[in-house]
Amino acid sequence: MEPKRIEAPLTDEVVMSLKAGDNVLINGVIYTARDAAHKKLVELMDKGEELPLDLQGQFIYYVGPTPEKPGQAIGSAGPTTSGRMDAYTPKMLERGMKACIGKGLRNQAVRDALIKYKGVYLAAVGGAGALLSKRITKSEVVAYPELGAEAIRRLEVKDFPATVINDAYGNDLYAEGAKQYAR
Amino acid sequence: MREIAASTISEQVAEMCQEANIYLGEDVFDALKKSLETEESPTGKEVLKQLIENVEIARDEQIPICQDTGFAVFFVEWGQEVHLTGGTLEEAIHAGVRKGYEEGYLRKSIVDDPLYKRKNTGDNTPAVIYTDIVPGDKVKIAFAPKGGGSENMSTVKMLKPSDGEEGVVDFVVSHVKAAGPNPCPPIVVGVGIGGTFDKVAVNAKKALFRKVGEPHPDEAFAALEKKILDKINDLGVGPQGFGGRTFALAVHIETFPSHIASMAAAVNINCHACRHLERTI
Repeated sequence: MEPKRIEAPLTDEVVMSLKAGDNVLINGVIYTARDAAHKKLVELMDKGEELPLDLQGQFIYYVGPTPEKPGQAIGSAGPTTSGRMDAYTPKMLERGMKACIGKGLRNQAVRDALIKYKGVYLAAVGGAGALLSKRITKSEVVAYPELGAEAIRRLEVKDFPATVINDAYGNDLYAEGAKQYAR
Repeated sequence: MREIAASTISEQVAEMCQEANIYLGEDVFDALKKSLETEESPTGKEVLKQLIENVEIARDEQIPICQDTGFAVFFVEWGQEVHLTGGTLEEAIHAGVRKGYEEGYLRKSIVDDPLYKRKNTGDNTPAVIYTDIVPGDKVKIAFAPKGGGSENMSTVKMLKPSDGEEGVVDFVVSHVKAAGPNPCPPIVVGVGIGGTFDKVAVNAKKALFRKVGEPHPDEAFAALEKKILDKINDLGVGPQGFGGRTFALAVHIETFPSHIASMAAAVNINCHACRHLERTI
């Protein structure tokens, strides 16, 4: 099946058109955050303070890239394991995040929150950091530079490939895919 | 007595850190290409193609295969006829890691205090170093940058001797099934059997240093590797967990004699970027 081209940030309409198993190519601006940045963002939310970025409609990519070489937009930049962000994801969705990109299983609370807030969870190919870096045309640190590889970055992406794992209807590609090929 | 300068060790280690992170070993690359021929799922095939292309881009453009350039793990076999001059082995390895990770634009992924401060050490040290003193006047250094995602999907269990082969198979397969897509399949599964609680874990790690596809020298354990591999692939989890026939590329078992009361078992998982290399000085 041909991949669908989608624009970031996302609208509810596009979210609702995506189904588990869809391959997509993402174009536009997305943001990065992993463990340490999520912890800081959710602490700010809990204190009722302003966030360093507006999450409305945004994609959050779970990645901690390698340092870029001179002339590169970004170093190797594949997804990290999403499950470590489970504790924070429902709150991120509540604040307007529409999609997150990582790899691996999400818990029930995240899957429920995707339905409730109309969001989608996608996987990029884990361990394909060199290939994925070629689809990122620009990268700049926009918050928490002291976190190094874990800083929040604004990325411009062109045809960034990902697969829908959990859609806003409760479907789960991990469960369905394995069922189809198990013996 | 043969002398080796600490600076020589550092230089070799620095080169190894960069080489292992940029060039995937032929053994793993061949296994990936071979799996493309046997994979039945179209999505699984697509993933495998991306992984093969990724290895080629990393090689051609000299960028790390994966952004997780790992915990630096070393197994050193030090010939007892060799005298190290100008420093300690540990310092020499750490100097090499520092240089290799800085000059190679590799990610520094180590924090000092594991619980409270979690402050990045900034140079990817310390490394995890295992040293054996062996006969001879050579030094063999084996290095693997070990990714955190797959390392997190690892475990130890003290089985009972009466659990037998079935117990080992169930333990490994059910654990790998629960790990599912998290450790970036297709995976390589390192299994330790026997020894103490600590020894069995080190052996599971050591198993990941073996060339992918090279069977255990003992026929019975080689057959067990094959049996477990087939069962893992029959789970249908497939490349990246999207469904398919290639969940694992290989299962490697390392054994050690056991206490009469015990049968320790451990699973250490590696991702498809099963980076490892060795040099003899």
